Amino acid sequence: MNALIQLVDVAKRYADTPALHSTNLSIERGTTTVLIGPSGCGKSTLLRLIIGLVEPDSGTIDFDGSPMTHDKIDVLRRRIGYVIQEGGLFPHLTARANILLMARHIGERDDETQSRLSELCALTRFPENLLGRYPVELSGGQRQRVSLMRALMLSPELLLLDEPLGALDPLVRAALQKDLKEIFARLQQTALLVTHDLAEAAYFGDEIVLMNEGRIVQQGSIVDLREKPASDFVCEFINAQLQLVSS
Amino acid sequence: MTFSFRRRFWVGRDSAEPSNKSCRGSRWLPRDDSVVPYRSFALPIVFLFAAILSLNADPVVIGSKKFTESYVLGEIAKRTLSDSGIPAEHREGMGGTIILWQALRTQQIDAYPEYTGTIAEEILKDRSSTSAETMRTALAKFGVGMTKPLGFNNTYALVMRREEAQKLNVRTISDLKRHPELQLGLTHEFLDRQDGWRPLAGRYQLNPQNVIGIDHALGYAALKKGSIDVKDAYSTDAKIAENHLVALEDDLKFFPRYDAVFLFRLSLPTSTIAALRKLEGTLDETRMIRLNAKAERTKNYARAASSYFENSATSTITESFTHKLVRWTLRHLELAGFSLLLSVIVGVPLGILASRGGAVGQVILGGTGVVQTIPSLALLALLVPLPFFGISARTAIAALFLYGLLPIVRNTASGLQDIAQPIRDSAIALGLKPVARLRKVYLPIASRSILAGIKTSAVINVGTATLAALIGAGGLGEPILSGLNLNDHATILQGAIPAALLALLVQWLFDLLDRILIPKGLRL
Repeated sequence: MNALIQLVDVAKRYADTPALHSTNLSIERGTTTVLIGPSGCGKSTLLRLIIGLVEPDSGTIDFDGSPMTHDKIDVLRRRIGYVIQEGGLFPHLTARANILLMARHIGERDDETQSRLSELCALTRFPENLLGRYPVELSGGQRQRVSLMRALMLSPELLLLDEPLGALDPLVRAALQKDLKEIFARLQQTALLVTHDLAEAAYFGDEIVLMNEGRIVQQGSIVDLREKPASDFVCEFINAQLQLVSS
Repeated sequence: MTFSFRRRFWVGRDSAEPSNKSCRGSRWLPRDDSVVPYRSFALPIVFLFAAILSLNADPVVIGSKKFTESYVLGEIAKRTLSDSGIPAEHREGMGGTIILWQALRTQQIDAYPEYTGTIAEEILKDRSSTSAETMRTALAKFGVGMTKPLGFNNTYALVMRREEAQKLNVRTISDLKRHPELQLGLTHEFLDRQDGWRPLAGRYQLNPQNVIGIDHALGYAALKKGSIDVKDAYSTDAKIAENHLVALEDDLKFFPRYDAVFLFRLSLPTSTIAALRKLEGTLDETRMIRLNAKAERTKNYARAASSYFENSATSTITESFTHKLVRWTLRHLELAGFSLLLSVIVGVPLGILASRGGAVGQVILGGTGVVQTIPSLALLALLVPLPFFGISARTAIAALFLYGLLPIVRNTASGLQDIAQPIRDSAIALGLKPVARLRKVYLPIASRSILAGIKTSAVINVGTATLAALIGAGGLGEPILSGLNLNDHATILQGAIPAALLALLVQWLFDLLDRILIPKGLRL
């Protein structure tokens, strides 16, 4: 089974600080992979490397078997959806215009984009009558649903989510978690999600990648991490989060 | 005087389309690499001012210096030409000798009143060429001709309050030697002239303790109030009698003759030259003093000039106030509008470049900042000697354009820099190319800031455009300047009030424009 994304010896430093040591990672099609770890462990950097917001110092990133290069990056980005914590919606556009921006830009037909938009509203449980609103007129949860629709509009092969639920209150967050998981399952979506919450990681992840100080510490299922921790750090990280839940 | 760069200007705008050649290297970085004019801003302004720019014939342009007699002579010449069926325009009070001479040489004006002494001293800089014939030959080399004297000698004089002169027993310039404590307030031109203060002081061996430079019209007020005791004046100046002043006798015969003449371009049609020459020998000193007095009393140069023609049958056509106000205002809008348009077309792309920071950004922001620190008068003075500019609306527009740049550049740059990182990341991650990012995302989000910059520039321009009158470019500064010259507050207000109202109107118009141009999502 060939991987959709393949990172080989990818490393990145910011000034003198290494953000990511030489790292190998592959993401299989149809799976949900969760990147987890403490703040500053390099998980967001890894995501930004894949979408090309950050350029690697060394190593290669292959998307669908071919390396991501300068000249192809803008076209490849259209095959990748990207959702960030605060949504990153454009404040000057309505929810509809945000979602359709790229489709219109590349000249997709109006009737097609309209039916796709209705589909997405149903999928993300977003009321269609709110599509005319501007981002400031929507709640945090609604904004994340719009952001998700924008990311899914062009039916991307890969969906990247950088702490998409991080800024939401617990009730909204729980509802959106459930919806997200359903969406991934229904679309058989290949997804790579960043979180610092172990429960969320366990809920979503077929595969969990635990990172610390710019390195992948352990990769496997939640059971693997709990039963066969690769280092003291894995134990510590898991225990700290379990204690938080039980206390 | 046609305003020929207008047409070129429009063409220039169309060809200012952006190129995105420079965006290759940094696809990976969240940066904007290309220059796109923000058309939705520029277009309404283009249409707004396109309508205003339709006033132009090709009349003979008479210039005048910035003092009453010159204004009156300018008006008389205009009337004489008009009465001969030659369309003429009078550009009042353009400045001093150098400015008028440059304007004549560079064909920005066709004629102006001058004095033989000034021609010898300041223009030809040759004291020996005092005969009319040698002067004519010398002037012809510049393509300039000279009429015969108009009939009066307006020489320089030093004047004092009559009372004080009697009290101190000062009658001649030599007498000043005995009173080095007297305060001298001299015009800047007189201070610098070859036949002015320094050689005069040398000849009479004067050594006063206090010499200050002061504007001619303000000098009279200062003399009256007693802040100064002696000032330079023209011997036909009506203010001498009016203010109870006395002219000190030039006992060493220092000042040359200042016979009034008209200088004109030799390339003018013979009929025009002939019409001008009708003025030769028609104005003696008493008559000129009377005309000057009338101009100062009535605060109306055209009316004073018309009394010159009183013997002739033609009726006086003086321009109505409404008509003048419309003319000044349109000209003012033309100056402020054009310069603003240029500032927008140049400033927004520069702001986009500057927003990327680095050395280029610093140079751009630094450069436009430095321009802002040059006093506006100095900037005008710097531009006047340059070949393309000279004494014209062009110079005023160029100066205003430079002034208008900084707010637009700075606001465009900061508006773009203030866009939050998540929004930039999202725009890039969507797969929009740099130009599209700028057009569809960054510029609309920065539009509020950019418009605020344009608004600031517009209000500054409307205010600063009053200075354009100093170099004869017209506008609402014209009455302000004549008013200052006549020490007449009503005339000053005729320009100052409309200028202030215009600034308010512009502010209001831009507030309206905000609602149209700033996307609704940013106004909620």
